[in-house]
Amino acid sequence: MSAPARPAAPPVRVRPERGRWRATLRLLLSSPPSLFAVLVLLAVVVVALFDEQIAPTGFNEVDVSDRLQPPGAGHWFGTDDLGRDVLSRVVLGAKVSLQVGTVAVGFSLVVGVLAGLLAGFYGRWIDAVLMRLMDVLFAFPAILLAIAVIAVLGPGTTNAMIAIGITYTPVFARVTRAAVLGVREQVFVRASRSVGASDARLLLRHVLPNALPPIIVQTSVSLAFAVLAEAALSFVGLGTQPPAPSWGRMLSEGRGYIDLAWWIAVFPGLAIVVLVLAFNLLGDGLRDVLDPQQRSALEAARHRPGRRRRAEVRR
Amino acid sequence: MSAPVLEVADLRVRLETPRGPAHVVDGLDYAVGAGETVAIVGESGSGKSVSVLALLGLLPASATVTGTASFGGRDLLAMSEAELRGVRGNGIGMVFQDPMTSLNPVLSVGRQLTEGLLAHGVVTGRAAARARAADLLADVGLPDPRGALERYPHELSGGMRQRVVIAIALAGEPRLLVADEATTALDVTVQAQIVDLVTRLQAEHGTAVVWITHDLGVVAGIADRVLVMYGGRCVEDGGVDDVFDAPAHPYTRGLLGALPARVDAQRGPGRRAPDLVAIAGTPPPPTELPRGCVFWPRCPVRGDVRCETEQPPLVRVGGTDPRPHRAATFYGREIP
Repeated sequence: MSAPARPAAPPVRVRPERGRWRATLRLLLSSPPSLFAVLVLLAVVVVALFDEQIAPTGFNEVDVSDRLQPPGAGHWFGTDDLGRDVLSRVVLGAKVSLQVGTVAVGFSLVVGVLAGLLAGFYGRWIDAVLMRLMDVLFAFPAILLAIAVIAVLGPGTTNAMIAIGITYTPVFARVTRAAVLGVREQVFVRASRSVGASDARLLLRHVLPNALPPIIVQTSVSLAFAVLAEAALSFVGLGTQPPAPSWGRMLSEGRGYIDLAWWIAVFPGLAIVVLVLAFNLLGDGLRDVLDPQQRSALEAARHRPGRRRRAEVRR
Repeated sequence: MSAPVLEVADLRVRLETPRGPAHVVDGLDYAVGAGETVAIVGESGSGKSVSVLALLGLLPASATVTGTASFGGRDLLAMSEAELRGVRGNGIGMVFQDPMTSLNPVLSVGRQLTEGLLAHGVVTGRAAARARAADLLADVGLPDPRGALERYPHELSGGMRQRVVIAIALAGEPRLLVADEATTALDVTVQAQIVDLVTRLQAEHGTAVVWITHDLGVVAGIADRVLVMYGGRCVEDGGVDDVFDAPAHPYTRGLLGALPARVDAQRGPGRRAPDLVAIAGTPPPPTELPRGCVFWPRCPVRGDVRCETEQPPLVRVGGTDPRPHRAATFYGREIP
């Protein structure tokens, strides 16, 4: 009581894990292409989330009197052969592209990573069975396999997701297996086993987190492929069905008018290019910051100017 | 000597390789008493690590392990994977060579320490596990144990990391600690600290220790008994003083002759310093072990006609009865 109340020091909780991820993010955003990719993706996500508020008209508001209008004040991206606003359809198509891309890649990610983990960790017959299965899927050209799956399931957005998901599963299985093979032999896995950790624990706590960087990169690159695949399937009429807007479908519909009204095909085409480019650039950027060797080179490059300045001051 | 904590008899490990079966461990017997330190020494590839990894079932599935290893009355080599998991960490703790690689880089020290505690039900609940983990870190002499729980392996120095590894190995209060080259990757001053630490913990907890090393200096400092391995076989074992003072096997003599400190100690007034002697040649590949004595092709003595054709048995060459000093030679003491 007599002692003066000392203000209790606030407990300092250092969270290096979060700090490390934050440092990675900062490094990622310090590279202009990655920053561009992240901004584009954020913009596309916002557009897809608020598509109905952003789009000037509904996706299927036909106004034949206003058909084939070139881009201008009334219709920024022009109108198509039925007088529908191209901008609105591009905006509304973003949701389809992103949805199909993320759901399909989510499917490949879960199934492929699980297969790769088990195959890489246990080896032997599990490895042989799972990876030969993946080889069979891998043997077909991607788009052909997707078309074959659609032929069985029937066309439609949901089936396009399943088809694309199946098509890209082997990629994840292989990437994961390769990473697991490296991590599996690390001493800390054996050390953890030597204190009695179970297989499930070894896989989820020790192997998977250390095998994550290539999987993250593959996810970004696969998203780009999935968006392209959805556009391709819709282009040939096997993906999203009319009148729902889809970039691939719009490309194919606008193809017939390319001499007369270039804007019908060019704007959805540009949208595909920009989204795919963004995913690819992000994948590149992630690979640079997640690969330890690349990363130290990047960090060194970032710190060099500062060091030089300090050296000059000393002189 | 009370009943041994671990008693290994006729341990054999065979690995299938593209060049035929490799007898990596070829008939090994030893016992470790409570609170005792047994050092297993030998060159790289002599089978010393494999011989302890085999006990805990940590070898790849392609390895064939035979023999018996009685630990607390049960045969480790006959146990199922689930039973072994109960022994790992709980009955036997392991410290690996390189603390840079034996900790998971993406998990905090606290996470890795509590893993074993929770897995074996030593404590229940996160809070209790963290408290115990902090105690363990304090026990191995880590400054600021509470703060260290939040650190990641890359934020610690090599010596501190090895302390963490030892804390993890001791978390389940094992009766036996296996240190596989635990000081090899550390620099000399840190080595000494780790050796002191293990010696202190051993005295406090009465843990038996199997210390695998190729550093005879460490052996002299900590071991009660020493077992010299060559080509997967035990070529000499006995009390550490017996073996160091009167090495019977030419290989052991070769090892001791390659030890600078010992060479120094032999230099007396009027005596020329003996040269540091290297053992010529390299160990035989485990796929092509010689028919007779494994050391025969490199042996400077080859004192018996049977050396080339017969395996010399481990025979007593000294020591006192409960702890004989044995060597696998045909000629034992007679060689000056």
